[in-house]
Amino acid sequence: MSNFPDNLKYASTHEWILVNEDGIATVGISDHAQEALGDIVFVELPESGTSVNAKDEVAVVESVKAASDIYSPVSGEIISANNNLTDAPETVNSVPYDGGWFYKIRLTNELELDELMDAEAYAEHVEEE
Amino acid sequence: MGQHTSLYQKHLDAGAKMVDFAGWNMPINYGSQIEEHQQVRTNAGVFDVSHMTVVDIFGPDANVFLRFLLSNDIAKLDKVGRALYSAMLNENGGVVDDLIVYRMENGFRIVVNCGTREKDLNWMAVQSKAFTVTIEEKPQLAILAIHGPASLEKVCQVLDQNRIAPVQALRNFRGVLLGDWFIARTGYTGEKGVEIIFPNKEAPAFWDKLLAAGVKPIGLGARDTLRLEAGMNLYGHDMDENTSPLAANMEQAISWEPQDRDFLGRQALLEHKKNQDAGNLSKLVGLVLEERGVLREGQRVVSNAGEGVITSGSFSPTLKHSIALARIPVNSQSCEVDLRGTLTPVRIVRPNFVRFGKKVFE
Repeated sequence: MSNFPDNLKYASTHEWILVNEDGIATVGISDHAQEALGDIVFVELPESGTSVNAKDEVAVVESVKAASDIYSPVSGEIISANNNLTDAPETVNSVPYDGGWFYKIRLTNELELDELMDAEAYAEHVEEE
Repeated sequence: MGQHTSLYQKHLDAGAKMVDFAGWNMPINYGSQIEEHQQVRTNAGVFDVSHMTVVDIFGPDANVFLRFLLSNDIAKLDKVGRALYSAMLNENGGVVDDLIVYRMENGFRIVVNCGTREKDLNWMAVQSKAFTVTIEEKPQLAILAIHGPASLEKVCQVLDQNRIAPVQALRNFRGVLLGDWFIARTGYTGEKGVEIIFPNKEAPAFWDKLLAAGVKPIGLGARDTLRLEAGMNLYGHDMDENTSPLAANMEQAISWEPQDRDFLGRQALLEHKKNQDAGNLSKLVGLVLEERGVLREGQRVVSNAGEGVITSGSFSPTLKHSIALARIPVNSQSCEVDLRGTLTPVRIVRPNFVRFGKKVFE
């Protein structure tokens, strides 16, 4: 069974986001997503300073099975990317909500968070897929 | 609900993620495909491949029938237990299936693919009409493949006492029938090991013994990356009924001599050979991408001599970069792969990447 922490918000495309009080959020992919992808072998991350819109393709994950686009759940400016994933992409499989984060982003429209799911709604979404 | 092998419950007990494979419910992995792959390269793993089809062929004409049916020549099997890799071709020289044939005491044993079972059995039935042979499928048999540098040692730890010495004496591509257990030094990983074909009802207990001896269960996901590293073809991906074996790196599955052996597809193959010599038939090569990215089946290949396609591609857990098999024009010197819209240069190598845990291409 996949694990969906309550303090996160989730996109239908399986990214999670954790919003801090300073308006900066951390983004990664859900436990369900990493499990469905299988062993992850490469992660292509966005560059710091890039401005993105919600639902833009911002990263690519390659697993033994497939290549998958990662979509930003929110609009904003990329503050930093988790370069540890370049050498240790398997971190996404082992700790998707912790060391397996993808990037940090400064939100430009907090209202977009309302369109994302809480843990319970996301669990239902995964169930229906 | 698909068909189950006799080890279905054992797979669930080992935490397998089960998937449908040609109508069979099979383990794709037991957690991590890459860890399972490394386990086979460095230690020992066991695969349940009981979904594959075992067919025994015997009777007065078994010999002449198989010399007609198969592209390789079973006359090379001069002793009981010896094994041969072959193709079954159609009249156009396309590959109906690839298989392993063993010489048995009373005839031959063939192991064909699971996804081609019905087609193969029909094909054999039709082609055997003029021969006095019996073709008997053996669904009551399980197949376990145990591979890796420590595989033989661990298998011998758990085999019945009277089976140990004959198994230790086996050389590569040889097998031995011990009671109703057929044990052969064949496989699909590029590591040493054995395949054991034995009664379904004995499989769960033997599986438990192997696991207790430290052999780890390996899913079909790792089986695919292991065979790809070993440069071994997968039917339906690297070749099919519309592919000449000459365009699929299968020369070793064809026996041209003696010239009067008129096997199925021979005439068509002679035409293919002329075409290849004239530069008009594609070839199957290995591709290596040493930078980031993963080569995948179906990706377009652009070479100096024309276009081709990747037939199998993945990340190589041993080499830590991507490798692929691709069918490209025979005169290709250099090529690029369309990786998600970007033409990326790759190296062309002989289609054999890893043997006995080591990189084998330049």
